[in-house]
Amino acid sequence: MELSAYPLELPPDDRPMVRFMNVTKSYGSLVVLDDLNLDIQRGEMVSVIGPSGSGKTTVLRMLMTLESINGGVIYIDGKPLTHMERKGVLVPADEAHLRRMRASIGMCFQHFNLFPHMTALQNCMEGPVQVLGLSKAEARDRSEELLKMVGMIDKKDQHPSRLSGGQQQRVAIARALAMRPRIMLFDEVTSALDPEVIGEVTEVIRRLVAEHDLTMLMVTHQMGFARDISDRICFFYKGKIEEQAAPEQFFTNPQRERTQQFLRAVKDAD
Amino acid sequence: MWDFLQTYGGRIAEGTAVTGAQFGLATAVALLAALAAGLGRLSDHWPVRAAATTYVEIFRGTSLLVQLYWIFYVLPLFGISLPKFTAGFLSVGLNVGAYGAEIVRGSILSVPRGQWEAAYALSMSPLKRMRRIILPQAFVLMLPPWGNLLIELLKGTALVALIGVADLMFVAKQINGSTFLSAEAFGTALVIYYLLARVLITPAMRRLERSMARRLGRA
Repeated sequence: MELSAYPLELPPDDRPMVRFMNVTKSYGSLVVLDDLNLDIQRGEMVSVIGPSGSGKTTVLRMLMTLESINGGVIYIDGKPLTHMERKGVLVPADEAHLRRMRASIGMCFQHFNLFPHMTALQNCMEGPVQVLGLSKAEARDRSEELLKMVGMIDKKDQHPSRLSGGQQQRVAIARALAMRPRIMLFDEVTSALDPEVIGEVTEVIRRLVAEHDLTMLMVTHQMGFARDISDRICFFYKGKIEEQAAPEQFFTNPQRERTQQFLRAVKDAD
Repeated sequence: MWDFLQTYGGRIAEGTAVTGAQFGLATAVALLAALAAGLGRLSDHWPVRAAATTYVEIFRGTSLLVQLYWIFYVLPLFGISLPKFTAGFLSVGLNVGAYGAEIVRGSILSVPRGQWEAAYALSMSPLKRMRRIILPQAFVLMLPPWGNLLIELLKGTALVALIGVADLMFVAKQINGSTFLSAEAFGTALVIYYLLARVLITPAMRRLERSMARRLGRA
């Protein structure tokens, strides 16, 4: 599809929070995502699962604009994210457009990626002060409130090297939330954690789902957790959505053979 | 030996002071040049990259002594005349800066990719990512190699005696020339250069490394 065929904006009555429209991603001849079409509604929690190499992490990274796309357009709240309007047509977005648009997206990473030269509190204040232009006092209030929410307020003056993996991940969630994103992305946030601390991180995400109106997209290997909190499960296989359904339906009555195989294999591993 | 120091101690002290000044100023030049060229080599813009690479290649690939003579004797032919003191620390600083540029570049690239991504995900501008997130971490990584390089720099300053800067080496040569007390004159210079490196540079760098480690909460 030609770029000129894509709408400059989505119509008001058809504006999901996120829309992937014919999105393709490849590295050389290796196609990672093939003609992806996916809508995520406002306030929806979607879990992305699938075997490794199925392109699921790439979906998140494209949305964070950490990865460029080779075809198609991604829209955020009806406005193009990966592209911008020039003389009535869409052209690939420049750095300024990307920075403006991704301000509404927050991301948590598998390896937390906290800034090691800053305390937990400073990590949370960095974005609000440096990017949003908040005063130090405002940023501190906001950050302390979030650290309280994730149960890390008593460690706010510690550097990341003094915190456990679970604690670091909770600070990382607070740091992302301090930017007041409308969309939160969780990229295998429990995969690098010791089993006994996974619960403290999933508990925070559970509360986010219950108490906030965020739109969330999560890549995870924890089937039980995904089943509990998601509105929808997307199963990726070889760069395509093989099956998507509400969690109950997906886990109790998967339609596709690939899905059944995957769920059996995951169950055996448990 | 005692007589020697009593007679020439004052002049040696003056020469040492000049060496110290050359060291301090050359270090400042080297740090600035290394930072500019190190960042330049990572730039997205090819003219900037080309300029930085040219600087590094020229100053790393040719002899410090030749560079010193060029800056002091040849540049005047193009209308740029520098006092010998300035020509001295500028040459040494630019030469060491070319090595330092590679340290800067290497340590920036050694900061884990996840740090770039986390800063990017917070919508930080490229400049802020570099200044607030990457450079502070790269700085810690570059301290040990810089400690080495600064000792090289100190020893390199001895060459400025050859264009007539009255540093420690110059004084030692003068004393040797007028008294033929070669062992005393050059022996004293040898010991002073060693002590400057051992007593000043190395402990200072260690202290800096420790204080940076503390700031990362690692101490």
